Amino acid sequence: MKKDTSNINSLENEAIYIMREVAAQFEKPVLLFSGGKDSITLVRLAVKAFYPAKVPFPLLHIDTGHNFPETIEFRDRLCKELGLELIVRNVQDSIDEGKVKEESGRYASRNMLQTTTLLDALEEFKFDAAIGGARRDEEKARAKERIFSVRDDFGQWDEKNQRPELFDMLNGSINHGQNVRVFPISNWTELDVWSYIEKENIEIPSIYFAHKRKVFLRDGMIWSAEDDVVYRDENEEVIEKMVRFRTVGDMSCTAAVYSDAVSISKVVEEIRDSTISERGARIDDKRSEGAMEKRKQQGYF
Amino acid sequence: MEVLKIATAGSVDDGKSTLIGRILYDTKSLTSDKLKAIEDKSEQLGYDYLDFSLATDGLMAEREQGITIDVAHIYFSTKKKSYIIADTPGHVEYTRNMVTGASTSQASIVLIDARKGVIEQTNRHFFINNLLRIKDVVVAINKMDLVDYSEEVYNKIKADFTELMSKRDYQDQKITFIPVSALKGDNVVNKSNEMPWYKGEALLEHLEQLDKADIFNSGTPRFPVQYVIRPKTEEFHDYRGYAGKVYGGDLSVGDDIIVLPSKTRSKIKDIYFYDEKYETASRRSSVTITLENDINVSRGDMIVKENDIPTIDKQFTANVCWMDTDQLTPGGKYIIQHGVNKVLAKVDRINHKINPDYSGFEKNVTGLNINDIASVSFKLNKPIFYDQFKNHRTNGSFIIIDPQSNNTVGAGFIQ
Ligand SMILES: Nc1nc2c(ncn2[C@@H]2O[C@H](COP(=O)(O)OP(=O)(O)OP(=O)(O)O)[C@@H](O)[C@H]2O)c(=O)[nH]1
Ligand SMILES: [Mg+2]
Repeated sequence: MKKDTSNINSLENEAIYIMREVAAQFEKPVLLFSGGKDSITLVRLAVKAFYPAKVPFPLLHIDTGHNFPETIEFRDRLCKELGLELIVRNVQDSIDEGKVKEESGRYASRNMLQTTTLLDALEEFKFDAAIGGARRDEEKARAKERIFSVRDDFGQWDEKNQRPELFDMLNGSINHGQNVRVFPISNWTELDVWSYIEKENIEIPSIYFAHKRKVFLRDGMIWSAEDDVVYRDENEEVIEKMVRFRTVGDMSCTAAVYSDAVSISKVVEEIRDSTISERGARIDDKRSEGAMEKRKQQGYF
Repeated sequence: MEVLKIATAGSVDDGKSTLIGRILYDTKSLTSDKLKAIEDKSEQLGYDYLDFSLATDGLMAEREQGITIDVAHIYFSTKKKSYIIADTPGHVEYTRNMVTGASTSQASIVLIDARKGVIEQTNRHFFINNLLRIKDVVVAINKMDLVDYSEEVYNKIKADFTELMSKRDYQDQKITFIPVSALKGDNVVNKSNEMPWYKGEALLEHLEQLDKADIFNSGTPRFPVQYVIRPKTEEFHDYRGYAGKVYGGDLSVGDDIIVLPSKTRSKIKDIYFYDEKYETASRRSSVTITLENDINVSRGDMIVKENDIPTIDKQFTANVCWMDTDQLTPGGKYIIQHGVNKVLAKVDRINHKINPDYSGFEKNVTGLNINDIASVSFKLNKPIFYDQFKNHRTNGSFIIIDPQSNNTVGAGFIQ
């Protein structure tokens, strides 16, 4: 009996339904793949949705050039194993072409710059739907997001004028120039994602597990000192600690947490007991109170 | 663990967002960084209390104006259940967002400001909750702290609301009254000491003991085909799977079925979920079905049990919630999306407008304005396979799409 009683099963059923709607309603969908746990979960759901056929859309990775090397390696292996088509577009190219300017200073990050590269890539391939792993529990502006979220020509989110989304009917009709961002795991919490990864035995990059790392402390957060991506003052001392990452965004804005969780079940336990939110370790949200909303208006994921 | 989806309802400033924030706070579901953000913002706004509405009002415009504009989905869990609460706006202008939040919910909390009592917007939201056939409604009489926790005030509002209830269409809807103070936390998660006269449960206690049978609508099985899976690989050369979600009831291997609209008969051969086969697909599961015979099935077709066929028709009448600033008028052409099926539709006539304050009907209406609710008859360019909304929540509902703007401009419930 295929049961739909538990929380995680019903979330999975909903996400698979959404994946299939995307494939049916759009001409050229794409799955935005960051190498993080949410997008890895999306890939798993896509594989399940279309089995035994192949996933009917490619993956697109916007590479900031500041990714953890572990994630890139993982990404390439995953695509190869599953026979998925992968498209990579680089923020570095957008910088070289003079479309965006690199930030400088203490909090410099390429996180904001990805938006331009992303919008250009969507246009280049004429993608009309982009599937992403954003969840409503992540951040207060994201809690307002629809599952099919229409964006205009400039990729902008009109947060005060969203389409009503009733029952589970998803309206994917769009005008020329518009595209849709799709969020199949909108209703999942961080704990749901981890429980699913555990249940499905999904492989994830090693940086999600506790490991010894050279780090330094700033503003009460733990930053990686292993690569020269994160700007570090001379007086900021490098120490070695057992840490793991809860999200794997751009290295320059993703802080680590102290952790002993070396296995998936330990990670699940840790998340369950955690008193701080996942985005608590993301410096990009701390820039201002409405930081996420502003980025979304501009076409950020 | 079961997921329970709940929506809030009630007029502007009745305290919906505050109530949810309070639930999150008292169940210790707010992480320390989110709590800190609420503390800081409350202080910055010059409050001497924590403004819990800040936990859900996530848009800048909302925080500046102190109102909710669009639905926020909030997640928390107890040992017993996982909850998804849709915090909906109270303002009339954003009724469409309220309908959006309520449409996916199994239970609803209607808030009333104890100082104001039952007002037009309470009527409207209760009406919509009833129209949507939400099975369990909690009427939370809020801001009891501002009326000295008075039993008389509570009883008066309860009596007024009970009168409304007698007029509702869906009489089986279960209604529970709870006096609360969202701000102070009385009877929200913890029982209040201020209202010894109230013998019932606190809000969360009530939600915790709601049973599946109390809140989930069921019906007969319907399987709208979402997507046809044809791998065309060597291993699965002849495989033809029909992917979709099962609604209403279960489907099993060996069931005699009919495919609509062709009315071809067949039997369910296999039920797949990913690479595993199952004997039964229970409702709300996203499965892939194969049939005994090689017949032509495409997206928008529906697989049903042979002895349980829905209405197949090119016209129907429905209660419509209109959500667009452009009027709906007789003769108007739209796209109707019924499940995964899209058809062209023409408004045949507007039968009557329904006053959501329960004051009756309005006949001879020439057009529907935003937030109007009315009985409307449609003609379609090809038949759809539907049930009455009261018998089947999924197969009896649809959305209306404007073919020019492509926006969702209305929702309908088939009569
Ligand atoms: N004294 C008192 N004030 C309350 C209570 N509940 C809410 N409030 C206040 O009422 C005001 C409105 O509260 P909100 O929670 O924003 O109201 P709402 O129903 O979400 O409003 P909209 O979403 O805009 O429809 C705020 O100033 C709250 O602090 C209560 O129980 N007692
Ligand atoms: Mg509110």
